[in-house]
Amino acid sequence: MMQQLIKDPLNIIICGVGGQGNILASELLASALVEKGYYTTVGETYGASQRGGSVMSHVRISAKRQFGPLIPFKEADIIVGFEPIEILRVARDYCNINTKIIFDTRPNYPLGVLIGEAVYPEINAISRELQALCGSVQVVGATKLAIEAGNPQAANIAIMGSLTALPEVPLDPADYFEILKTRFTGRVLDLNVAVFKLGYAAIKQ
Amino acid sequence: MEWMITAKEPGKTYLLQGNEAIARGALEAGIRFAAAYPGSPSSEILTMLGHVAKDMNLYAEWSTNETCSFEACMGASMSKVRSLCIAKQNGLLVIGDALHTAALSGCKGGVVLVVADDPSAHSSTNEFDARHQARSAGLPLLEPATFQEAKDMVKWAFDLSEELGQVVMIRGVTRIHHGRGNVTLGELPEQLKEPQLVAEWDRLVAINWFHDLMLDKLDKARSIFENSDFNSYEGPDNPELLVITSGTGWFYSQEAIDILNLNERVGLLKLGCTWPLPQEFLLKHLRQTKKVLIVEEIDPFLEQNVSSIIGHNPNIQVEISGRSEGKAFPRIGELNPDLVRNAIAGMMQVSYEAPTSIALPADEQVLIPPRELTFCAGCPHRASFFVLKQSLGMRPAGGLVMGDIGCYTMGGQRAGHYGLNSLGCMGGGVNMAEGLGQLTRFGFKQPVIALAGDSTFFHSCLPGLVNAKYHNSDMLFIVLDNSATAMTGFQPHPGISVTAMGEKAEAISIEKLAEAIGCQVTVADPYDVENTTETIYRLTKKPGLKVLILKRECATLVLRKGTRRRMWVDPALCRGDDCGCGRFCSRVWGCPGNIWDYTAGKAQIDEVVCIGCGVCASLCPAGAIKVEGGEA
Repeated sequence: MMQQLIKDPLNIIICGVGGQGNILASELLASALVEKGYYTTVGETYGASQRGGSVMSHVRISAKRQFGPLIPFKEADIIVGFEPIEILRVARDYCNINTKIIFDTRPNYPLGVLIGEAVYPEINAISRELQALCGSVQVVGATKLAIEAGNPQAANIAIMGSLTALPEVPLDPADYFEILKTRFTGRVLDLNVAVFKLGYAAIKQ
Repeated sequence: MEWMITAKEPGKTYLLQGNEAIARGALEAGIRFAAAYPGSPSSEILTMLGHVAKDMNLYAEWSTNETCSFEACMGASMSKVRSLCIAKQNGLLVIGDALHTAALSGCKGGVVLVVADDPSAHSSTNEFDARHQARSAGLPLLEPATFQEAKDMVKWAFDLSEELGQVVMIRGVTRIHHGRGNVTLGELPEQLKEPQLVAEWDRLVAINWFHDLMLDKLDKARSIFENSDFNSYEGPDNPELLVITSGTGWFYSQEAIDILNLNERVGLLKLGCTWPLPQEFLLKHLRQTKKVLIVEEIDPFLEQNVSSIIGHNPNIQVEISGRSEGKAFPRIGELNPDLVRNAIAGMMQVSYEAPTSIALPADEQVLIPPRELTFCAGCPHRASFFVLKQSLGMRPAGGLVMGDIGCYTMGGQRAGHYGLNSLGCMGGGVNMAEGLGQLTRFGFKQPVIALAGDSTFFHSCLPGLVNAKYHNSDMLFIVLDNSATAMTGFQPHPGISVTAMGEKAEAISIEKLAEAIGCQVTVADPYDVENTTETIYRLTKKPGLKVLILKRECATLVLRKGTRRRMWVDPALCRGDDCGCGRFCSRVWGCPGNIWDYTAGKAQIDEVVCIGCGVCASLCPAGAIKVEGGEA
């Protein structure tokens, strides 16, 4: 079941804004990996996450041993994100020239922007800086895909589909579906499976 | 998840959260009783035990405060059943008095107290180190370093507690409690212990005469710790550097030694039993080195206690570094892999080349706006702080608002128009207001207001309210009653008619309680901005103690119930920037549901987050915001 990793430990960061399903996404991913026999550690803080704050989960995967819950600075191999400025915030601290980035371009405006005190940066400027910072940047319209499948709240699962399509991640869609089956049933399960497939296809092509 | 912590699958490995692992460990130990007051990052433990309580044949409660929970566990212990108490670091101090007497009386059935420390205060007002309390009270202390240990240690702690006849404390940190990792399940007990008859002299009494006995128990714990598998050493026989660590420090140290390729030169001594320290085990390794680095979260607790051992053994000559001087590590804040790697690399004089990234020149970098925390869309607290600001603004000398702990603590930030003059601990607001309110006799003129949420009211405001009433302080006590312990995840409290186990309970009325001690109580709706502003103005002009309950259900609960109403902006009525309101709805009111349509130059409602509270509609000077079904 378990295979050697292209890189060990494989360090993945999942980031966004409280309420976007960050924690569920990292928990499902890590559960699928533990089920395959990998040591997987998730580090996250969510004391204030339900109040719309920035959230970030560190997922560390190893075939050798349990790693600590935090990824060292500049040592993320993959960063996936549900929100553009959040991914840039994280990338500045954690990415290196080989890091792969997948993100959804749909903005979630912070309070300062809503009240007109701060300006939300142009998406092109964010992409340009991300491209300079790291190895590869791919955009996935996760929210759009989730709406297509029937529920915008499933954007987190679409991004997980995209992540699973990367060769570094030692999972097949089927592994992920097994975990989804332990958490959801009926229409919700079908929706999540459909959204996952859309996210997977968006990168695999 | 509940089905994982109750799974009868010994040997099966699941991804468990630290809190889940702790709950599982308690079930494997066969607990019959569990009690806690909510506090991040520990709350999930009792939530899950409450959910599985009936199936697993145990009792679980969300107690009114931490002292109630701990002493309830001590009570249950008298009948020889095992009890688990859980608290965060602040809650531990609420238990403090009971902890020091319990250490004298000891326990009968095992009592384990799990305390979640929060280095860097991710979800706390303040970071401090819970371990001092174990030492102060004279209790054995364990610290899990991994998720597996979090489970295994809880189980072992119950055996230890019964062997010693003493309460055992376990100290975790946020990264363990809220982290997740591989945990291999053990056996669940076939049979649970039934409560035993308490014989006449089978007593739990704290008298100072037992102090010596308590110290004997600590000595016994020390000798058990000398051989515990939770303490280990990995590395060469004579390391150039000995790293001594506990908790998450072990993960970071292990990774650092590996990545710096120092396995042949640096030794790693992991302590799971951290009070009393296993002295002989430590001495054996201290004799083999000249340099020691202590890696631990928050205070130099191990550092000082290891230094004390070294001080008593003059034949040991080592140079010791850690958190105390702020050189090896900063004196405050959470550890991380980089801090530990740099400290070890520095002491070993080796270098590490971290991977690089290419940053754009500073003037080409995007300016990232900060993401401040704010009240949720439709939160009654937003309305309460707006009303407070309005009514105090009518007074020439303004007024003072004493804050407390809960979601409304954010009222001290922009979300509440920087509306708090003080912020301390649970129950602190009413007491500080009582003091200031007594100074009117010397000519102090500003009105004084104390705030507390409904859960906080029951937790620690009752003695304060009695004090303020009895001494008739000139103050207004406002209970922000949103029918929820919202901040920590909606745990039940005595004002709510359901318990941790999902059983029905008779809710206790805050209004009747306050009236019973003789307070005049007014109840108002924070959503009714105009009238409630007037009410607060009127109450702050009256002498003596006044109580106001601002009652409105938490917006997140409304969202969960699916009872929200649709709201929208009528573009024909919104006058945009010509209005003169200065974009009141999105700029001043600041609800995430109120956004600005820059293309149309008009206000807009974000229908994804809006719960339809209708308050912005009542405040819009143009009457442009509409609510489904008419008036709010």
